[in-house]
Amino acid sequence: MAFKVTIDGKMAEVPEGTTVLEAARMLNITIPTLCHHPKLTPFGGCRLCIVEIKGIPRPVTSCTTPVNDGMEVTTSTPQIEDLRKTVLELILSDHPNDCMICERAGDCTLQEMAYIYGVRENRFEGERRTYEKKDGNPFIERDMEKCILCGRCVKVCDEVQGVGAIDFAYRGFQSKICPPYEKDLNCEFCGQCVSVCPTGALSGKMWSRLGRQKDVKEVDTTCAYCGTGCNITLHVKGNDVIRVTSKEDTWNEGWLCVKGRFGYQFINSPDRLKKPLIRITPKDQSNPPFTHFAKGGHGGITRSQFKEVSWNEALDHISGRLTEIKAKHGADAIGGLSSARCTNEENYAFQKMIRAAVGANNVDHCARL
Amino acid sequence: MASLAAIFGSGAMTNSIKEIEGMEMIFIIGSNTKESHPVIANRMIKAYRKGAKIIVADPRRVPMVRFAEVFLNLRPGADIALINGLAHVILKEGLDNKEFIADKTEGFEEWKKSVETYTPEYVEKITGVPAVDIIKAARLYGSSRKAGLFYTMGITQHTCGTENVNAVANLVMLTGNIGRESTGVNPLRGQNNVQGASDAACLPNVYPGYQKVDLPEIREKFEKAWGVSLSPRPGLTATEMIPAALEGKIKAMYIMGENPVITDPNTHHTVDALKKLDFLVVQDIFMTETAELADVVLPSTCFAEKNGTFSNTERKVQRVRKAVEPPGDARSDLSIIMEISKRLGYPMNYKSPEDVLVEFGQVWPNLAGITYQRLDKDGIQWPCPDKDHPGTEYLYKEGFPKGKVRFTPAAYTPPAEVASEEYPFVLTTGRNLYQYHSGSMTRRVKAIEAHAGEPYVEISPGDGERLHIKDGEAVKVTSRRGSIKIKARITPKVSMGTVFIPMHYSEAAANVITNDALDAQVKIPEFKVCAVKIEKK
Repeated sequence: MAFKVTIDGKMAEVPEGTTVLEAARMLNITIPTLCHHPKLTPFGGCRLCIVEIKGIPRPVTSCTTPVNDGMEVTTSTPQIEDLRKTVLELILSDHPNDCMICERAGDCTLQEMAYIYGVRENRFEGERRTYEKKDGNPFIERDMEKCILCGRCVKVCDEVQGVGAIDFAYRGFQSKICPPYEKDLNCEFCGQCVSVCPTGALSGKMWSRLGRQKDVKEVDTTCAYCGTGCNITLHVKGNDVIRVTSKEDTWNEGWLCVKGRFGYQFINSPDRLKKPLIRITPKDQSNPPFTHFAKGGHGGITRSQFKEVSWNEALDHISGRLTEIKAKHGADAIGGLSSARCTNEENYAFQKMIRAAVGANNVDHCARL
Repeated sequence: MASLAAIFGSGAMTNSIKEIEGMEMIFIIGSNTKESHPVIANRMIKAYRKGAKIIVADPRRVPMVRFAEVFLNLRPGADIALINGLAHVILKEGLDNKEFIADKTEGFEEWKKSVETYTPEYVEKITGVPAVDIIKAARLYGSSRKAGLFYTMGITQHTCGTENVNAVANLVMLTGNIGRESTGVNPLRGQNNVQGASDAACLPNVYPGYQKVDLPEIREKFEKAWGVSLSPRPGLTATEMIPAALEGKIKAMYIMGENPVITDPNTHHTVDALKKLDFLVVQDIFMTETAELADVVLPSTCFAEKNGTFSNTERKVQRVRKAVEPPGDARSDLSIIMEISKRLGYPMNYKSPEDVLVEFGQVWPNLAGITYQRLDKDGIQWPCPDKDHPGTEYLYKEGFPKGKVRFTPAAYTPPAEVASEEYPFVLTTGRNLYQYHSGSMTRRVKAIEAHAGEPYVEISPGDGERLHIKDGEAVKVTSRRGSIKIKARITPKVSMGTVFIPMHYSEAAANVITNDALDAQVKIPEFKVCAVKIEKK
């Protein structure tokens, strides 16, 4: 069943169950929100989305009010804007005024609202929430003094991730969001909560102080971990990837996992191979494998086994040896393993090299492993 | 994947990930979706929130069990018995899709006889799953006509992997749950581009697009396209090349971006084989355990340093875009391959990665309509035969390529190794949420190492108590092939008699002890079952 609704004089026909906020967005009418998220159930907590509805004597929250047939809505009046500004001032009265050093500055919904409503002074001086405790997990920074209790993180963790690692605790002024017994976060560290947080309360520990928007370029690409193929955005400053996010309008709806969101530091790892290498010590004297990852010993490469050479030397050596072996033992004595980590184009070219240049069909990859 | 292709025509997921939220029934068998494909699990949870029922069949209490209507906690390697048992109940209760069976399948009557003996009581004995749960699951899956079945390596990494896939396919055909929106069979591919590497024919028996190398007309087509004469003999699989190297039949290997020392079964065997080679080239981004054994190591680029495409598990070709410059003198894999090929007397003249995709589309019509320009905003799912084709969200809408699909009887056979007096535990291996495959990438991420940097063996509380092993205590796990020292993690995730080790950690590499016994047809190793003993250190 479709309902007719008029918002700021514009008419729309919407399916039953559509909220006033959703109907307004369909009509490209902006209503400010902080706690609402289109992929989460409505909460009605921040009170910024209040509107006037003809026949209802007080303002109502548009995110939780379903459209009725014939409803007439006004989204902005001097009185409503005044109420919104007061709500914002109340939120900001208990919020650290430290945008200059906040990771979210420039990409913060609360900051943007303060900007739009011109809130600079605090006319509600009083007690402030202070939290000394820092969460010890290595992934997610939780600065609860910046939390506006919008509940998005609680909802995304439960509704989308199915984990429920955090919830509201205490009441009134003491209200806060925390893991059970206020322990350190112990969850799947997908960072969905970070992606929906409208303020700087939640952020990635590993991207702290590396850059916000200035001189940061964003490159859309595809995650290189599992076969799901989530769309990700690399945030690049200089020649370093400093953060990974995913946009809400991607097919994966902006959701990622711990590897996709936080597993990018290998790109800039000092262990990366930088020069072609040729072996100088015999193989049976090679150090046994499995030594790299003993704690604290990352990338302890025994360089003495190899010497750095130019690309020409390495490539000539390879083609020379392959040609010799092919001449002596036949093409079928040569095998190639390609990689499910490489691109389609590289895989196509690799098998073509083995088939057309070497002359064998001994080519495979790790599909079975 | 080859097994599924033999049955239905294609080895890929038949549905799209997006379609999961429209499923009314989700059957997950041998897939730890929430840890191995976390964002696909998000879609399953979305379906669950909309009322979908979920069945999970797994030897471990994997995280998706939280959302399951029924959890079938089977013994490792008993999948065929379980699936045949479900089919038995579906038939007995008349829940089979008679119309689909009559119109679209053959071999039904013969197959039907093969599951007659798999009564819930008999299956309970083999699998350890209570008969009532088998009946409950069979009713749930059997009565749904909008069901999605999901599996991964828990089904395929067995000596009976091919039969496992046959059993899964039989169940799908029995209920007609395939070929419609939000209805199908979905093998979830492990690596970001395992679909693409398979499509591109990094496989020993086919040219790009699964076109067989031993069919003369196909070979002629590729000889013409590539301007060179080609070998008519199918090659060796990765799991066959290693023993062939040991026997001296393979003298040289070129390994690009793989780390078989960690990822192949029976590590000692793999290391011996690679050492025996006359010549080994490894092209990678890190000095991996495999690269340490190489004669030449070439530095290449990671995904953030190059342009190209990946094909995900739902057949979607998506763009990979260059974001940063590679370190030092590292070069893209494509440019290295072109240099080597030129030196071997076969120059490839690609001016950009896109040229390669264009050629790929010329030899395989399923990609013919895909261009970088079309991929700019969103990926496209193959088949996409022409420039105006929107791509294909789910397969077999217009029926199966070969007309009718065939029921193939699959009989339960025990794994190659079963628990014995000397080796009383069954070891199963897999991944955890944090680390990835051989760990060459994730183990270089400090936060991941801080949180999940230590190898462990999961032991059930009952077995822990019996062997007086405490949580965190070091133990020795030994199989007929090798032995590792590792910390015990006492957890109800595993059942009595079963232990689990994640594959990622080279310092306690699970594959030192796994069995390199192979499935006879598709040559996949039995990573999921081997017999071990556990001793206190």
